[in-house]
Amino acid sequence: MRKDHYKSAVEETPFHRRTAAANHTNLWGRWAGFTTVSCYEEVEREYFAIRNAATLFDLSPMIKYKVTGPEAEAYLNRLVTRDISKLPVGRVAYCLWCDDEGKVLDDGTLFRLSQDDFRLCCQERNLPWLQDAAFGFDVDVEDISSQIAALALQGPTSASVLRALGVSEIDDLRPFNFTQAFFAGGTLLISRTGFTGDLGYELWVDPLLAEALWDRLMEVGAPLGLRPIGSQALDIVRLEAGFIVTNVDFVAANQAVRRNRGRSPFELGLGRLVDLKKGHFNGRRALLRDSKEGPKHNLVLLDIQGNKAAEGAIIYHRKSREVGHVTSAHWSPTCKTNLAFASLQAPYGSEITDDIWAQVYTLKELKWDKVMASCQIVPRPYFNSVRRQVTPPGDW
Amino acid sequence: MKHYDVIIIGAGHNGLTCACYLARAGLDVLVLERNDYIGGAAVSRELYPGWTYSNCSYVCSLLRPEIIRDLELPRHGLQVTPYEGGTTLTRDGDYLASFGDHDIHRREIARHNARDAEAYELYSTELKRQCRFIKPLLLRTPPDPTSFKPRDIKELLYLGKRFGDLGEAQMYETLRFWSMSISDFLDEYFESDLLKAHLAGSGIIGTALGPCSPGSAYVLLHHYMGEVDGNIGAWGFARGGMGAITQAMARSLQGHGGEILMSAGVEQVLVENDRAVGVCLQNGDEYRGRMVISNMDAKRTFLKALDPQHLPDDFLKIVERFKIRGSSGKLNIALDGLPDFPALPKDNPSLSINLHFTDSIERMERAYDDWKRGTWSKDPYLDCLIPTLIDPTMAPPGKHYMTVFVQYAPPYLANGESWDGPNREAFGQTVIDQISEHSPNFRDLILHAEVRSPWDLENEVGLTEGNIFQGELTMDQLLFNRPVPGFAQYRTPVKNLYLCGSSAHPGGGVMGAPGANAAREVMRDLGVRGPAAMAGLRG
Amino acid sequence: MSERYDSLIIGGGHNGLVCAATLAQAGQQVLVLEAREQVGGAAVTEEFAPGFKVSSCAHLLYQLHPQVVTDLKLKDHGLTFVNPDLATIAIGSDGDFLRLHGPEIWGDLPEGELAAYQALRQRLLKMAAALRPLLTMPPPRLGTAGTADRHGLLKMGWTLRKMGQSQLRDFLRIAGMNVADLLEDELSASLLKGALAWDGVVGSHAGPRSPGTVLSYLYRLTGQVDNRQGAIAQPVGGMGTVTRAMLEACQAAGVTVQANAPVGQIKVQNDRACGVVLTDGREIRANAVISNADPRHTFLDLLGARHLDTGFVTRIRRLRAKGNVSKLHLALDGTPSFTGLSARDLAGRLLISPSIDYLEEAFNPAKYGEFSRSPAMEITLPSLQDASLAPGGKQVLSATLCYTPYALKGGWEVMRERLADQVIDQLELYAPGIKAQVIDREILTPRDLEMRFGMAGGHWHHAEMAIDQLLMMRPVPGAAQYATPVAGLYLCGAGSHPGGGVMGVAGMNAAHTILNDKG
Repeated sequence: MRKDHYKSAVEETPFHRRTAAANHTNLWGRWAGFTTVSCYEEVEREYFAIRNAATLFDLSPMIKYKVTGPEAEAYLNRLVTRDISKLPVGRVAYCLWCDDEGKVLDDGTLFRLSQDDFRLCCQERNLPWLQDAAFGFDVDVEDISSQIAALALQGPTSASVLRALGVSEIDDLRPFNFTQAFFAGGTLLISRTGFTGDLGYELWVDPLLAEALWDRLMEVGAPLGLRPIGSQALDIVRLEAGFIVTNVDFVAANQAVRRNRGRSPFELGLGRLVDLKKGHFNGRRALLRDSKEGPKHNLVLLDIQGNKAAEGAIIYHRKSREVGHVTSAHWSPTCKTNLAFASLQAPYGSEITDDIWAQVYTLKELKWDKVMASCQIVPRPYFNSVRRQVTPPGDW
Repeated sequence: MKHYDVIIIGAGHNGLTCACYLARAGLDVLVLERNDYIGGAAVSRELYPGWTYSNCSYVCSLLRPEIIRDLELPRHGLQVTPYEGGTTLTRDGDYLASFGDHDIHRREIARHNARDAEAYELYSTELKRQCRFIKPLLLRTPPDPTSFKPRDIKELLYLGKRFGDLGEAQMYETLRFWSMSISDFLDEYFESDLLKAHLAGSGIIGTALGPCSPGSAYVLLHHYMGEVDGNIGAWGFARGGMGAITQAMARSLQGHGGEILMSAGVEQVLVENDRAVGVCLQNGDEYRGRMVISNMDAKRTFLKALDPQHLPDDFLKIVERFKIRGSSGKLNIALDGLPDFPALPKDNPSLSINLHFTDSIERMERAYDDWKRGTWSKDPYLDCLIPTLIDPTMAPPGKHYMTVFVQYAPPYLANGESWDGPNREAFGQTVIDQISEHSPNFRDLILHAEVRSPWDLENEVGLTEGNIFQGELTMDQLLFNRPVPGFAQYRTPVKNLYLCGSSAHPGGGVMGAPGANAAREVMRDLGVRGPAAMAGLRG
Repeated sequence: MSERYDSLIIGGGHNGLVCAATLAQAGQQVLVLEAREQVGGAAVTEEFAPGFKVSSCAHLLYQLHPQVVTDLKLKDHGLTFVNPDLATIAIGSDGDFLRLHGPEIWGDLPEGELAAYQALRQRLLKMAAALRPLLTMPPPRLGTAGTADRHGLLKMGWTLRKMGQSQLRDFLRIAGMNVADLLEDELSASLLKGALAWDGVVGSHAGPRSPGTVLSYLYRLTGQVDNRQGAIAQPVGGMGTVTRAMLEACQAAGVTVQANAPVGQIKVQNDRACGVVLTDGREIRANAVISNADPRHTFLDLLGARHLDTGFVTRIRRLRAKGNVSKLHLALDGTPSFTGLSARDLAGRLLISPSIDYLEEAFNPAKYGEFSRSPAMEITLPSLQDASLAPGGKQVLSATLCYTPYALKGGWEVMRERLADQVIDQLELYAPGIKAQVIDREILTPRDLEMRFGMAGGHWHHAEMAIDQLLMMRPVPGAAQYATPVAGLYLCGAGSHPGGGVMGVAGMNAAHTILNDKG
């Protein structure tokens, strides 16, 4: 590793020269040790580009692990809560993994590249846990984050952009499937996955081809409305789509100083990702017990009255009893709804779902107003486009 | 002759903290100091013209923020500036440094071991968990687990509840942590021996334990639980040296009518009708007060300043057995310029603020083996700092001051040899040699060096056997055992005589907590209420 | 059709046998599977040279629990002693020695030393006796809502409180101390302190200056032989007699015992242990599978990490269990003569640990993966009073050596014989002429003990007896109540509470837990 690493707190992604040139606001954020664009021009325009045309988001800071070996499947099946043995080659699974107590450590997407070759993409660095979990399995786990550059190409016209790029393989590509195409003498891995709840793809490529890919996409995509987006716009659509973020909507159990802050998949509303019948996996015994006792917390998506994003709001029952707090919140420009994820103590959010209120503070000309806003628990995802499911994808 | 409410023996940071609180509660306080300067082991001294040495304690972190605020120390001139991490230089010419920036720090560790860089997050989370549990206990009086007094039972229940609130898994982790060696604890997280050595230093500083001795993990926590501006584990320099702390305390005390008398070494605590009534000085002067509080260590207080007839045999026996072996020495060095460390990048001077040269646990443990044999370490662990990189007031412009804490050095040398003379000289050379291994021009820059052995520390500051914590920080001497089981609540078998120094809970370091806790107990016994807003007295 | 039992025990060590007998006495169908040709685990008598037999691992009995003796009627099954209360002979480096027996010491001691020793001994024996009830209490889990756990905690607390204020204060202070400091606080004779320190460190990765060694010493002193607390006994026929008697007790209770039946795998069905597969492929089913093997071997080799959670597996992997003790067995042509010792002295337990510093210096190299240049040792000549162990006129010498670390730099293959040579040279200093008397020898390093007795790391106690691996943390949280994360799988060995030593309590406690689980 370079020895002058201390000269800059953040690293540049393989797309940096392109994103920097396009970043007219010069607003940057820090993500997993990289500097990434918060907003290129204007959050609202970037948001509507996602819902209306096509967008590029630099995903390179995602952490990527290569999991290979004759027991890779057995290893992963012991690691995550879903049944991986059912995952065919060429398909992606969204999954969670838990500690011994059944509390979630992280979530991510798992790609099955071949019978014995998987790729796990996630937000947090998990190497010690992934290596420890490998004990007793004939498997190799390797951090390949720096070997892969990634872009999220999302939005109604994203399939058209890929077609314009000459990638015909996408016509057969169903949601959560991936395919490989030739690009500039290398391989482009295209998965029909994303964080927007809309039609979209994630493109994975050798960092050396990153700039060429960006340039070609921008070139063919311009007529289709393609533009780069920053993290701020993405955060709105992911909330509409009902996606949670580790260490935003829940604390990774092994990073919680207060250990009771860990959450089980049931408590995050992701019980569907837990297969208690598949055989043993990390946290299974604790989750089996939890599934009988019921969750102690509920992460719910709220539709909050008014139009002021309820960031950090305390949630009450009958306006008096404190029952939880908001973890992330945005006004949804498409749904015209004030959305928020909130973590509530059970039975609120499960047995008790009515008479829920959020205390929202809003700043109006240097004066804070406090409003009790009524809340409705709404299903996830809140924004659910048919475009996301249709195969072959249309030219929307 | 004036009759004081309270007489405090020793103007160290704990004596002064205690005095300040009591003066603020409206009591008449007299502090007696045997040296002709105050501060005990928290002093700034000009031992070479133009240079200010923090010649005993040398960095600040443990001083409780509650105390800083209660005693208005910033108003009285105290300013603590944090510095970033530390750097361990290796024998093969590389280094491992701690960086304040999270991502740089991770990449620095990853340079040596990728897994360890991530494991570091888990490690520091666990330390935060341990700190979270122990921090509130610092400013509380430890309960006696063998007592049925309502106060003890109430406090035990409080502790039990706090412990219970940790949850099952963390309760085991806590029990394990308190009894493990730092080496075993670090083995649970890390592979890199360099990283382990880099972190383990805090597990041995000031303690007669090696990194492989059970109980040294707690010692690490003891050094880690300090904070600067809420950053747990951060360390800082008091502007103008450690004496700035005690000077500010003295001003705070005088602002509330307290008196300090220097060159007033106490010969004996006066006891009448089994009550302490005052003290007699070495010059024969007597001072009387309702309460006498000793900032001296337990051995000095009970075995030197008291007639043994006033103490029960069982008590005396345990005081005699109180472990207070010094384990460290120190060098204070005036430098003509900044020493060059070729292994370190030139463009980042902050990397040389805090240096270590012990790059493996084995070297550290072997240094301890020397101590056990009654000799100073031939390859010692050094905690070497150049405060002038942050605080320009301590040396003339362009010149530097270096403080080198040296572990290990025994209080008594084997074969009854004296520290004074050639042994002290040779000890100093050992240290200078180790630094010179990494800095070719270091030796030539030395203008003056003060070498201090445990023996010197005892003679000058009055710390028995030169133990910087006024008693070793081992399980048998912590909490309700410190310094004597049944007498861990600052009171002593002699009525109206109290302890307020580091021999009492929670122990050493420039923390002030024993002083604040003792003040609380004295006020309780006097039926005096302190100013309600004082966080340091709430426990 | 495979066989089926109520309980199946992996390993016929003393704890496995006690557990088996206790379960069978309660009416269970019990099977014990032993990998070797004879049961007994580390408490066995074996021939190491033609005609010469020795207790090849543990060679003296300190702690066999009285309840085990009574419940299993071990005396009826042949447990007798050559001597139920051996003297300890502390041998100095220059021909001086002390003879310790009960509260008495013979030999040169400074003024007042004997009284100080007797006071200390009495103080520690009383304290150990007060702590003894903790041995037979299954440790409770912390922080659970379960009434049994809460009750268990209260019982533990009450046991401590019952000590009375001054004794409890004393205990809470010295429990965390190192044995060197304690001895130096009270005594002055180097030879005496060195000998006493041995009992605080033997078998563990600790020197006399390592904190926690007072606790190990107290643990040792909780032991009783024949109602004599702190006694050291030599069974007739060696330590194998103890486990032979246990075997008979098992058979009398209807336990099936199969030797030469090494288990290869613990079978799990529907997340429940349901039996084992032997290395020869034979499958045996049982409602409860109980492992007398060490925790590492049990969980990582026999069960497999995939049936466990990663955090738990990591805890097991980190379990500190690296032995430091080697055994040296000498077949001697005649009775050796130790300088200054009488024939009566030779029949005692001879200790070469002449001072605390000597013992600490012996420990230091072990921290760095080297063996002691001058090891400390505990020597017995069992054949002196037990003719069954050696041909007429010949003698057996059995020595326990500290410290010889399991993970030796350079590896034991190369160093094993060098160690034996060095120790024999050292013995020659104390017993001139002994070298010439050696007919045959056997040295068992921790690596050999691991291979022969299946103890991971060659550790006597299956896991270091340090505070962080005791009580509800032994061997690790999650398996500290004999039950394991896998239903139907239990531990009953020295890796469980209360720990090592030929005591039998772990086996007994495990049996009671299993019987309770069945309701």
